[in-house]
Amino acid sequence: MTGYILKRLLSAIPVLFGITVIVFLIMAMIPGDPALAILGAYATPENVEKINRDLGLDAPLVARYFIWLGNMLTGDFGTSFSLNRPVIDEVLDRFGATLLLAGTSFILCAILGIAAGVVSAARQYGWADKGITFAVLLGISIPSFFLGMMMILIFAVELRWFPVSGMRMAYGGGGFADVANHLVMPAIALAVVATGVVARLSRSAMLEVLRQDFIRTARAKGVGEGRVIWGHALRAAMVSIIPVLGIQAGFVLSGAVYIEMVFQWPGVGRMLVDAILKRDILLVQGGVVFVAACYVLFNIAVDVAQSLLDPRIKT
Amino acid sequence: MQFLSLIARNRLAAAGGIVLVIVIALALISPLLPLPDPDVTDTANRFLLPGAEGHLLGTDHLGRDLAARLMDGTRLSLAVGFAAAFFAAFFGAAIGIIAGYFGGRTDNLIMRAVDMLMAFPYILLALAIVAALGPGLVNALIAVAAVNIPFFARNIRGVTVGLANKEFVDAARLAGLGHTRIILTEILPNVIPVIVIAMSTTIGWMILETAGLSFLGLGSQPPQADLGSMLGEARGALITNPHTSIVPGAMILVIVMGINLLGDGVRDALDPRLRSGALTRPMAATQVRRKGPVPASEDAEAVLELQGLQTQFHVKDRIYKAVGGVSIKVAPGECLGVIGESGSGKSVTALSVMGLVASPPGVITGGAARYKGEDLVGAPYDHLRRLRGDRVAYIFQDPLATLHPLYKVGDQLAEAILVHHKVGKAEARRRAVDLLKQVRIPNAQSRADSYPHEMSGGMRQRVGIAMALANDPDVIIADEPTTALDVTVQAQILSLLNDLRRERGLAIVFITHDFGVVAQLCDRVAVMYAGRIVETGPTEAVLDAPAHPYTARLIACVPELGGGRRRLEAIPGLPPAVDRLEPGCAFAPRCLKAQDACRQGEIPLEGPGAREVRCLYPETELKSEGVA
Repeated sequence: MTGYILKRLLSAIPVLFGITVIVFLIMAMIPGDPALAILGAYATPENVEKINRDLGLDAPLVARYFIWLGNMLTGDFGTSFSLNRPVIDEVLDRFGATLLLAGTSFILCAILGIAAGVVSAARQYGWADKGITFAVLLGISIPSFFLGMMMILIFAVELRWFPVSGMRMAYGGGGFADVANHLVMPAIALAVVATGVVARLSRSAMLEVLRQDFIRTARAKGVGEGRVIWGHALRAAMVSIIPVLGIQAGFVLSGAVYIEMVFQWPGVGRMLVDAILKRDILLVQGGVVFVAACYVLFNIAVDVAQSLLDPRIKT
Repeated sequence: MQFLSLIARNRLAAAGGIVLVIVIALALISPLLPLPDPDVTDTANRFLLPGAEGHLLGTDHLGRDLAARLMDGTRLSLAVGFAAAFFAAFFGAAIGIIAGYFGGRTDNLIMRAVDMLMAFPYILLALAIVAALGPGLVNALIAVAAVNIPFFARNIRGVTVGLANKEFVDAARLAGLGHTRIILTEILPNVIPVIVIAMSTTIGWMILETAGLSFLGLGSQPPQADLGSMLGEARGALITNPHTSIVPGAMILVIVMGINLLGDGVRDALDPRLRSGALTRPMAATQVRRKGPVPASEDAEAVLELQGLQTQFHVKDRIYKAVGGVSIKVAPGECLGVIGESGSGKSVTALSVMGLVASPPGVITGGAARYKGEDLVGAPYDHLRRLRGDRVAYIFQDPLATLHPLYKVGDQLAEAILVHHKVGKAEARRRAVDLLKQVRIPNAQSRADSYPHEMSGGMRQRVGIAMALANDPDVIIADEPTTALDVTVQAQILSLLNDLRRERGLAIVFITHDFGVVAQLCDRVAVMYAGRIVETGPTEAVLDAPAHPYTARLIACVPELGGGRRRLEAIPGLPPAVDRLEPGCAFAPRCLKAQDACRQGEIPLEGPGAREVRCLYPETELKSEGVA
């Protein structure tokens, strides 16, 4: 198992490398003098000279890439001019909040989505199935930012169950209860779409498995229907559900950008949008590379989970 | 045309399509409608509620008419969403076709790049592109299209790879056509349905994503506003004037939902696997809709007794009579062979006993299946479940498919014990290992921790037998348990079953299409054809002098070692389709001796003693002192 994990980690290196190339190439599309583009409103002559020196901006494209990559490998993601602090510090400060939000949503979408899909498949064409199918359709059609706004209207303004926004730090501040209170609405709003997708796929994975011969064997043994569905069938269906969960993690991480804007959540997504509007290129670049790298590592964890679940995968 | 009628038949998809057409039509003709100018501000009349005079949906924070802005925004959102989907599909398909058609290095290089792009959470990539190009609607469109290209490329590549090696493409190559010609005339037409499915399932996403970027302020810039930026601008007044948010938000929801409904319909119509309705799950027990009376028990001795059992498959408006009134019985310690070609209904008969026929589409429509005199057809599920595996156990064909692939065989055995007995886990495990020893699996202790895929076919079949023996049942129904095995292993398994029968007094129903196996193991044999028993009697008597022409022909098909130069005679024709059975003998169309009388009325299964035959002109006259 350790060997398998190491192998997967090694195979991630070219992917991480590719990610930096892609981000670098996208940023190289910016027309005009890169120094001026990066500095934007902060383009004083001293700054221009400093950034040209630091990032080798007058060097050829390939050399510039390796200077940038080398800097990142030593933990130097550059300096945010709009915030006047190192990019990596800002990203790390914000990442915890995003992780809390996206992580909670991810767990919600996995548990609720799989449960809904299993019930839907087990009661195929029954009322529960129809209800869930409709809810799923609604869930994957509603824009999460609109849903978030409606939740604020109903649950914060009208019913006053939860605070509108005002989450300052994901950790610290008002303690666990306060964080949890702030977390409920954004986490649910963010989870809805992914829950719908997971439910859909779980349903079809379960229908596929329930037709298999080993399900008939379980029934022939006298195994009860609950155990057939939630044990034998779900266990086998998980093999095709887990990769979907890995993809959904990416969607949850993406959707966090909208939800962080709606609920004023102090995460990386909001930071990125602010940075784009302020044309703080280095902050965008650093933030994107950091989050994408974390996502690649998460997907390795998904692969490892898959190999633990399916003995047929050679580790 | 057939495609359109399929969509029309799907009511939800049709509803989605109609809503979508209405929205698009409204958005297109709105410039002609008597609506106020969407860009004229009137701060004196800001935040008017819907229904205000001259403003159907009220006004926004600058006093602009919401209805007019909604129509404008809808037009813009739809245009941008469709454009993004089109560009993503176009470039994605181009890349995918090139990779799939040329293969090798080209394919490798392209797919590596695609994998890299897919390693991003998609919106991060879109944000990076917008950051580079600057905020704006066109740039948002480019970003959304770009991040969806890999999805199309990967899908289309997969399909193209399958096509690139087909005969018609090879033929085109041999005919000297250029690559471009082949791609455009041979590949593309076959790929288009896949592109359409992929577009129909992603276009909703594209509209959501562009609206999302606009919502963040990165898409359309004032005064131009798509639905996303209308929502983004209204957010500041969400609490005081929610209607300005609800109007554009609800419109996005309606559009995307319409597209998703229609998209699902398109996918169902184009995906043949879903179209046939193949994906239904079997229920816990076969449905029972019994017409006619329940026959009374006739034989108190029999441990298992089927009386006129009828099982049908109801597929759409067709009825397949898989089992058309089968009566058999087995006494303790007896082995009954049920023999017939594939499709003769022998497996369905066996599965009907414990309600294991997949349902839907299976339905038991008549007769009785008695265990020790008690009818199990229509018995409450819980009662049936308690007997399954405990009193009546099954051994199935192909143990690779019938054992759970992700559970250790020891655990699967232990489970069979645990569902019927209150014993500890350790005790169940000990018994499981014992069972493995009984079926002569070497190193049972360590083999219990193997997964099915780690064992050979013979070993897996032994596990299947061990599982059937787990609770010391009274009856074992073995459904072609040796068909998938080679001859030496088959012989071992048969002698194992025979020993167990003698040791434990088991009754065995052995289903097979192999007379050799029947001769070796069974006391009596029943021959099935088209869902009914055509001949039954003591094995030796039937094999020596078959009475039904079908039995005779079936035996003539079996090659015999050292049996001289007898010609092997295949039976001409095919077994009849059981949804269109003609009256009279089902074998008549293939029978050399068939007379007119054979094609009329019901021919009974009768005989003077232990032997019975369903034939007007049997091969041998049955005598009453048939030797058992």
